[in-house]
Formats: sequence, C-alpha cells, structure tokens
Amino acid sequence: MRRDIIKHPDSRPSTSFWGRLGRVGTIGESRGKKGRIGVTIPPNGFIKDIEACGIAGLININGKRENGSRAVDMITTMTDRENGLGAGFACYGLFPDMADFYCIQLLLDDEVAKEKVEEYLKKVGNIVKDEEVFTTPVKGMHGPYPLIWRFFMEIPPSLVQGSPHIESEDDYMVDVIMHINVRINGAFCMSSGRNMAVFKGNGWSFEIAEFYDLRERYEGYMWLAHSRFPTNTPGWWGGAHPFNILDWSLCHNGEITSYGTNKRYVEMWGYKCTLLTDSEVVTYIWDLLCRKHGLPKLIASMAMAPRYFEDISLLTEDQKKVAKALRMTYGRAMINGPFSILVGTNRPNPSMIALTDRKKLRPMIAGISDDGNTAFAASEECALNRVGDMGEVWAPITGNPVIAQLYKGIVWKGTEKQFEGKNLRMEV
Amino acid sequence: MPAKMEGIRIEIPPRFKIEIDRERCKICKRCTVNCTFDALSFNGDRIVTNHDNCVACQRCTAKCPQEAITIRANDMAYPVHFAYTDRIRRIGWEQASTGGVMLASCGNDLPYRSIFDDLVLDAAQVTNPAIDPLREPIETKCFLGSKPKKLEFEEKGDDIIFRTKLPPNLELATPIMVGQMSLGSISYNAQIALFKAAQKVGTLVGTGEGGLHPDFYKYGDIINSEVASGRFGVDANYLKKVAALEIKIGQGAKPGHGGHLPGEKTSQLISITRMIPKGTDALSPYPHHDIYSIEDLQQLIFALKEATRYRVPVGVKIAAVHNSAAIASGMVRAGADFITLDGFRGGTGATPRIIRDHAGIPIELAIATVDQRLREEGIRHKTTLCAGGSIRYSADLVKALALGADVAMICTPVLIAMGCRVCQQCHRGLCPWGIATQNPAYTQRLNIEVAATRISNLFHAWTEELREICGAMGIDSVESFVGNRDRLRYVGPNPRIADILDVKHAGEAWG
Repeated sequence: MRRDIIKHPDSRPSTSFWGRLGRVGTIGESRGKKGRIGVTIPPNGFIKDIEACGIAGLININGKRENGSRAVDMITTMTDRENGLGAGFACYGLFPDMADFYCIQLLLDDEVAKEKVEEYLKKVGNIVKDEEVFTTPVKGMHGPYPLIWRFFMEIPPSLVQGSPHIESEDDYMVDVIMHINVRINGAFCMSSGRNMAVFKGNGWSFEIAEFYDLRERYEGYMWLAHSRFPTNTPGWWGGAHPFNILDWSLCHNGEITSYGTNKRYVEMWGYKCTLLTDSEVVTYIWDLLCRKHGLPKLIASMAMAPRYFEDISLLTEDQKKVAKALRMTYGRAMINGPFSILVGTNRPNPSMIALTDRKKLRPMIAGISDDGNTAFAASEECALNRVGDMGEVWAPITGNPVIAQLYKGIVWKGTEKQFEGKNLRMEV
Repeated sequence: MPAKMEGIRIEIPPRFKIEIDRERCKICKRCTVNCTFDALSFNGDRIVTNHDNCVACQRCTAKCPQEAITIRANDMAYPVHFAYTDRIRRIGWEQASTGGVMLASCGNDLPYRSIFDDLVLDAAQVTNPAIDPLREPIETKCFLGSKPKKLEFEEKGDDIIFRTKLPPNLELATPIMVGQMSLGSISYNAQIALFKAAQKVGTLVGTGEGGLHPDFYKYGDIINSEVASGRFGVDANYLKKVAALEIKIGQGAKPGHGGHLPGEKTSQLISITRMIPKGTDALSPYPHHDIYSIEDLQQLIFALKEATRYRVPVGVKIAAVHNSAAIASGMVRAGADFITLDGFRGGTGATPRIIRDHAGIPIELAIATVDQRLREEGIRHKTTLCAGGSIRYSADLVKALALGADVAMICTPVLIAMGCRVCQQCHRGLCPWGIATQNPAYTQRLNIEVAATRISNLFHAWTEELREICGAMGIDSVESFVGNRDRLRYVGPNPRIADILDVKHAGEAWG
C-alpha cells in the first residue's frame, strides 16, 4: 500500500490531513534541498518549530532488554500534551549483535532517494548490512508515507582524515549525516548511533508506535518517547522527535530563546543546523560538550543550565572557580528559555539524562521502580503511575539533571546541591 | 604657509543669538563669569552679548537666577541652496580665512542614518514565558578576556578533576564599560568621577592615551589603560597598576590619526601624567612606529603580557573600517584577549573635522562582520568583542549585544550624565561645565560626588533596561543574548544591510 502511494502521489484521499491543509505537494524545496513535502523536507511555509510536548523515558539499570510497551504506555497516557502532529521513540540496546556498527536509519521519499543514499554511503564507508525497517499501515494515519531503511556502516580508519573538524570517526560520521540531510534530495537521517535507533513520524504517539510495531518488535534497555504539540505548523516526519546525532538522542519540550546564540556557537564547531528547530541545536550541544570536549555529563548539564552567580558565590573557592569557568567558557552553550529535555546516550556509559531549564518553566518528574531496577522520567506523574510499581517519585529541582546510568543506577538525582558528594580536585 | 593679511576674515554670521530679557535681568553678572567663550560681558552699565562667540552650551541660561537669557538658533535667511547648505558655506568661509584643517570634537554630527534605529526587538508570547526582572533573576555579569576553547575534566568515581589553566578574565557586573578618555581631553575631576562610578558599578574605565596620574593608582583594579602610539605615561609601574591593557591602533572619531595635545594644555598635572616636560606638545604618531604589520602587533601584545606576567588581559582597539573583520581576525591570532571596535560616530577631544565626519564605517556593520568572521575561523572564544562609538542609549546597547558584541563601550553618554550639553567644543579646552577642560577655574565647577552618582545612575538605568528587554524575550542571562541576531528584525529601507547584519526583515518569522 505504501509503495502505491509513493508511485501515485496524487491518489491520496483528498480528505487527508494534508489535503485539508492544502499543503500537499510531491516535490518541494527547502533551502535548496528537494524532497517530499512533509516527510524529508518541511511543509511549504514551514519556518521553525515552536511547540509544547510530552516526554517520557525509562532505563533498565540492570541491563534487561524490554519491548516498547511500557514506553508506549507512558507517552500515550499524556494525551493533553500532543495533537497528532508528530511522535517518536528512541531505543537503546537494540542491536547487540551489530553493536560495533553505526546504524543509519533513514526516512526516504522513494527508491530513487534510497539508491542515492546507498551510493553515497558506499563511497564514504562500508555498508555491512542494510534492510528495510518494518512498518505497517495504520488506520487513521494518512500518507505520504516514507520508505524507511536502515544501513549498518563501518568506517575504515583510512577514510578518516582531512578537514579541521575531523579528529575521529565520529566526527567523520557527523559530516556524513550532515551531507545526507543537507545535500541528498528526498533523504533524511533519523538516527545514526551504534546499538540504537530512532523511530518517528507524523501522527499521534499511539499511531507511530503501531506504525513501527514498537510494542512487540524491538527490545532495548532504554527507551525514550516523545509526543508533539506544534503550535504554528503542520507536523512533518523529519521534524518529529527524538532528534539524534551519533548516539545522542533528545526529546525536547520547550522553546529555546537563546537559539541564535547557540546555533552560531555549534556552527563554529562544524555542525550545520539544517532542521530549523531549536531541539536540533540542543542535541549538537550535548554531542559537542560530552563527546568532543569530553565533559562529564553532570558538568555538561551545569554548562547548559548553570547556577545563578548568586548561588555560585556561596560555593567553596574551588567549586566557585570551576562553576565560573563553566559559565565563562560555555556561556554560548547555555540554553535559555523554557525547556525540559530527556537525553539518551551510549557514551561513555549508556545513560538517560533528564534536565530542565534553571527556572523549570516546563515540567519534569523522575521515579524509580519499587524493585530499584528501572528509572523513569516524564513530563507528568500520570505517565509513571500508568506503568505502576513505582518506588520513590521525585521532582528534580530547577536546572539540576537526573542522570541514570546502566549498571549503576541513579548517579545524580537532581535534588542535590551543586557538586554535592563530589570531590573536586584542581590539577591546573 | 597661508597668507595673513588685513581683512582676510570675512564677516561670518553667528550661529546663535543670545537674547536677554532686560526687564528680568538684575545685572548680577553671573552669566559673564560663567561664560567661558566670551559671549557675555559687562560694559559698566549692562550685560552685552557677543553672538559670534556663542556656542549654545547653555551654561548662562542654566546659571541665570532670573531666567532672563534665551539662546536661539540664528535664523537669518540666506537664499536656500540644498547643496550649498549653511554648513558647507561656513566651511568655505572658515577655510578661506585660515587656510587650515578644520578641527572638531565630540562625534560625527552629520545626519547619517543610524542602523540601530532600523532594528526592532522580539518579545516572548505564549510559547515561551516572558520574565519579570523584578521578580526573577536576570543576570548581566560578563567576563572580559580570552576564554579557553574547552575545559578539561576527568571523572574518577566521585572525584572530578579540573585541569584547565584559565587565561586572565575580568568580571564586569554589566556588559557596559567606559571607553578611553584621557586626562587632558577631560578634567581631573571628571576622571575621578568616572573611577568612583565604575568602582560602584563594577565595571572598567579607560584611561585614554594620557597615562595615569599617580593619584589614580588606587583605582587600578577598575582601570583599562591605554598604550597608544605616543606611549605617553607608559612605564613598567603604570602597566603593573591596572586591570587591563589596551593597545590603541585607531579611534572611531579619527581612523588613521594619532593624537594632538597642544603644549599650552600641558600643565603640571598633565606633565606628571603623560611623563613629558611641562608646556611641550604631546603629539602621538599616526601609526605606532614599532607596529607596521600584524607580526609587530603580536610582539607588542606579548611584550605587554610579559611585563605584566600574564596577569591581565591585553586588548587592541581599532576604528571600524572597511576591512575590520580581517584585521580583527589577525589581532585575535596575534594574541589580543579583547578587541575594541570604535564606530564612525565615536567621540574625541579633538580631531580633524573631515576625518571625524567622513572616515570609518557604522559600528553595527563592524560588529556583525567581525563577530561572523571570528566564528567562521573558529576563534570567537579567544577574544572578548567590545564595541563603542555610536552607542547612545540602552536601545543601542542591547542591539549591539544582539549583533555579537560582548561588551559595549560608552563615552559621550557618560559625559552627558556628568552634565555635558554636547556643544562640541571640547577641542578648545573651554568647557564651561568643567568636563573637557584643564582650566582650574572651570574644572572646579564639576562636583565629583554628584558626577559620580549621576554616572552610576546611568549605568544602573541602562542595566535595568537591558534586564527588561532580556526578560521580555524570555532570556535570563546576557550571554544568551550576545550574538542572538534571531531576536532582531530589520525595518529600514535597505535590505542589503539586513543581509550583512544576518538579521531577517520584520515580518519574517523564526528560522
């Protein structure tokens, strides 16, 4: 059915959402890139995402892999936080057998786009395996449906060389992804990490879960989920969350008022902000700070949502020095405006991080299961109650992260004072 | 040598007319004492006026207890000519009389369009909440100096090891500092008032090119002292006393020019400060004669850093000119911890009028292009970008920050706070308000405490307005505002300017 639609775009029912909005197009153009409107490029008239959202996530601290049922239950419970214009999931621990390879999961307009991507990927690395991602038509969802494909890639060390920003195979991979998203018409890279993938699209969260068969088909130790309530534009497949670069995935509820500053900061490091959403820029900041600059996650959170100078003045001398150095050095990476984000990563240890802005203008609640095996975070407590057996449930304080790490548990609860329990050593 | 002969000066109509209400005038003669330009005098019977000398500084009107004096523009009619305006005709008459270069002071007074006035600000609605600065903290602290590219941490269990050596940085309570005004261009009292105000506010003051009077060494921790081409007042002791050093290459009011302090102004006070004999001219060369290229600049930067044991940030100031972006990039690579751009409306104590009015580029364009170039080259973090020379009030300040400046530098607004009426006669050393003069009879007119309080009030007001604007945009810290051009929109007539500024036109949404 999906293929039919792709071959005959005009056969879509005229009463579809796209039809009603009068924005249906087969091939459109956005900033020089061509693709199917609403799938791999934003709808005509799309300027920038402004949205409110629901977020939910869980991590099995003991490493047990579970299917997507609980994550789907959590996100679909918060119905008030979405309006059917986008939802998505990220699953970590997804391909234990292929964990050494980058998994590039793509939204594609058609076979032609797929061939172009394949040709490009062959040129820039070795495709170890590729397959179509299972999808099933869902009653209530309307086309155009994209073709969804995943490639497992390895990058021969000999290819990693050259430009000023490329220091590692990860940098190289970032460039490859940027190339696909900017240059290849009809292709959009949903995720590019190892041992993980993102499943997202335009629809309600329960529809997207069904579309990818997430309740049954996949198992992972960590799941992140997101549902959208965009306020000014129709949804589009590529614009749904989670956003991903390498194995950083980000579910974001908020609007970044510092977008212009943050965007220019990450661009200085070779990132290209192509998706016109502030969520994208936050993902790049995580990648930049934690991967390229090697900051511990707690420290990176402090850079993005720093304490006020008034609070910093109460710290000990060394703590003060470090807190100020962070504000001084990473002022442009500071995320301003209301936000509540859920971040998943595999590096250096698989972890889930929940963080709000330093005024906590968007909600975030965290909990741990009664048996202590699973940590949760969500916009609303109802999402936690839905999956039951909750032990402690707490509200992390403003701008303070919750960090749950595989095999270690809650390493930072988000209720501590800055640097509490940390032994800060200055080796300057 | 221009000829001097009888009758060479032709009658030039006065620009202003002094009107005295004879009914009200009690002939107390206070105006004649207060007028420093000899426009008012007493002839034994009544107050007489000399319109030719009046500059409309308004000292007499302010001091007349009877409010009997009114200064008006001389509306005497010449046949209208839109090309040969009054201004152009006067220049011709003056130059034909003297054969000289016309001097001027203050900043460019021509009606060039201000790009700041063509930019409008964003505000938060619905999807992000605005912040009320009276209820929530909005931070304005900023750091002046070079920042490391990244910080190095290592996490070992509960240990967090910090390994980055930080370059020297100064904390400013607000992203506004006082620019470079020397003792010489302004009075001793005016300079103390600046230092006292800056101490109260928590910001920096430039010393200008004239060195630092020994009395002022105690204010060293808020002083950004200038090393200019004449090196007046520069010795090892001076360098060690201050918080920051700034090499002056150029000045917005006179790009490509040095300084000129005539010998008659070199009083005992100036002589001590500039370390030159009393009564001698203090002429600073147009270029630094030890800097003919960028590598020479690097040597001076590092000579100063060595002399101060790398304890203080060393910056470089240039006038905003066509190629500022490339020059600034070179300066940063040469080791400038901060760079100061001075726009073509920047002020001065004395400059050739032709240079003041026609050389340089608007600061808005210079900020945008320099910030962009430094980012493109990946060296933006290495320097703090200060910008001044056109920043008139807080609206200009916030727009300068949003375009990419880290810190705004102001001078004329500070003088106005002290009581300056912008009569633009600074170069004559006759300032009746005691600001831009060295004459003890006039300098004592400036009350140091009052002036200092007025300056700190101005800083407070600007900072509060900056907070209001940030809050309205849903931003609670000024670093998220720097370079945030997405929060500006252009409403002027020339979209090409918007392109160069990388600012969208009003009506275009986010993205």
